[in-house]
Amino acid sequence: MKKEKKWELRLYIAGQTPKSIVAFENITKYCKKHLTDNYNIEIVDLLENPQLAEGDQIFAIPTLVRRVPEPLRKIIGDLSNEEKVLVGLNIRPLDK
Amino acid sequence: MIENSKDQFPKTASGINGLDEIMMGGFPAGRPVLICGGAGCGKTLFGVQFLVNGILNHDEPGVFMSFEETAKDLSMNVKSLGFDLDELQESGKLKVDHVRIERSEIEETGEFDLEAIFIRLNHAIDSVGAKRVVLDTVEALFGGIENDGILRAELRRLFSWLKEKGVTTVITGERGKQSFTRQGLEEYVSDCVILLDFRVIDQIATRRLRIVKYRGSMHGTNEYPFLINEDGISVIPVTSLNLTYGSSREIVSTGLTQLDDSLDHGGFYRGSSTLITGSAGTSKTIMAAHFAMASIARQEPVLYFSFEESPDQLVRNMESIGIDFKPHLDSGLLQIKASRPSLQGLEMHLIRFYNAVEELKPRTVIVDPISSLITIGSSSEVRAMLIRLLDTLKNKQINAVFTALTQANFKDKGDLTVEAISSLSDAWIDLNNNRKNRRQHRTMRIVKARGMGHNPEAQEFMITDNGFRFTIPTEHMTDTTN
Repeated sequence: MKKEKKWELRLYIAGQTPKSIVAFENITKYCKKHLTDNYNIEIVDLLENPQLAEGDQIFAIPTLVRRVPEPLRKIIGDLSNEEKVLVGLNIRPLDK
Repeated sequence: MIENSKDQFPKTASGINGLDEIMMGGFPAGRPVLICGGAGCGKTLFGVQFLVNGILNHDEPGVFMSFEETAKDLSMNVKSLGFDLDELQESGKLKVDHVRIERSEIEETGEFDLEAIFIRLNHAIDSVGAKRVVLDTVEALFGGIENDGILRAELRRLFSWLKEKGVTTVITGERGKQSFTRQGLEEYVSDCVILLDFRVIDQIATRRLRIVKYRGSMHGTNEYPFLINEDGISVIPVTSLNLTYGSSREIVSTGLTQLDDSLDHGGFYRGSSTLITGSAGTSKTIMAAHFAMASIARQEPVLYFSFEESPDQLVRNMESIGIDFKPHLDSGLLQIKASRPSLQGLEMHLIRFYNAVEELKPRTVIVDPISSLITIGSSSEVRAMLIRLLDTLKNKQINAVFTALTQANFKDKGDLTVEAISSLSDAWIDLNNNRKNRRQHRTMRIVKARGMGHNPEAQEFMITDNGFRFTIPTEHMTDTTN
């Protein structure tokens, strides 16, 4: 994979719920696998910062937002389907 | 508010003119209300008015969560109706949150919930201390979220959460083909459901409203017309549908000594309605003007609806027979509202009529002639509506005078106008104009006067420089006619 701009992802959660934990584990796993170190995951807990929900138009929990590279993409759910997440984020798998 | 409301759960004013009367006090306080209807029937405006009037009149801050329009579009769209959302937002009484859901940029995978909406709503409610919430149109979520099952479960949770939160919520929903809303929201919001309808009847666009369901409360069950004008939404009839108004024993003069003397109590009861009928040129307007002057003499404001003459014309014509309206128009004791009946639908007239009565608080209302109003609405339903509106005047103890044009050979019966109003009015005076021996014979006859004896004889009169002058004095006659 060419050295590209760092991927900036943001995971919106509302407290440490099982769904949020699963989502975080999943996205960390996919990133390690396909983006090596070229990523950054920021976690935003809306219970602590409710005013942040409006800015990124968040309505579901958990929501993963791809901020960089543009355009903005959103994936809602616990991210259990790897294929869908990779397609949604437009990450090409390294192998194959 | 309604008298027997102590037996019921608390209600809150809807902020919609006339709706609280139909709902016997208003919306259920702290509970959700579902407003459904097709596109363009006024759902959003309904919600905005509920919030704005809550803020302005009841000091209840509000949150508007829009799933369709952006905050900017919304405030622009309602500005023409006199609602300034920007100002209310700046003053910290209103929070508008636009939830934008773009299907194309969203992917779904695995379990999720709509907790973020709860958080946003909760944050908005707490930030302004909201008592009222509008969700417009929550069904837009169905277009953005694939997983129907999660969405429905979450909506159910949302509505019960709002109930727990104790805010009165208006939820709007698009009308479905088989059900009240396209997504069957009525299953989740079952306390109170209001249906709005917009259709064209006889080439006149009419908006109607019906309360489909109001759990635990009495409510009017008819379809009620409503209007959207510069004051927002108004629903008619704007009156409670009962006969519980008090009846005054106070007597007020008609302004005509001879007529007062023909009535056992020397005038009509305050708050009674008088119908003046007669064919063309029988001086109905002049008699109404005498009633008006009598009210003015008591320093009681008069509201004069003129459907045939402009205010100027009316003033000029009355001046020619010695009735001077001008100083009273200037002092505001007399207000003349003139319009062509055909210019607006009957419903528009009735609303304006009601709004003017609310605003000017007259003690005497004159409608000249009421027959022209009836001719523009033909159905019996419309006539019933008119009657209810006239009841409003009685409720407010306002003296009412209606003139009605009848056919020259009219014999008490068979005239639609008269049939509709005569049973409603307390007194009925018929004016007549015959030519006999090359002389005009004008006569006045009291057909009925509820609650008092009266002289049933036809009495002759002339129109002079000083208005009415009765020509055959009775034994009560005093020296009014020099």
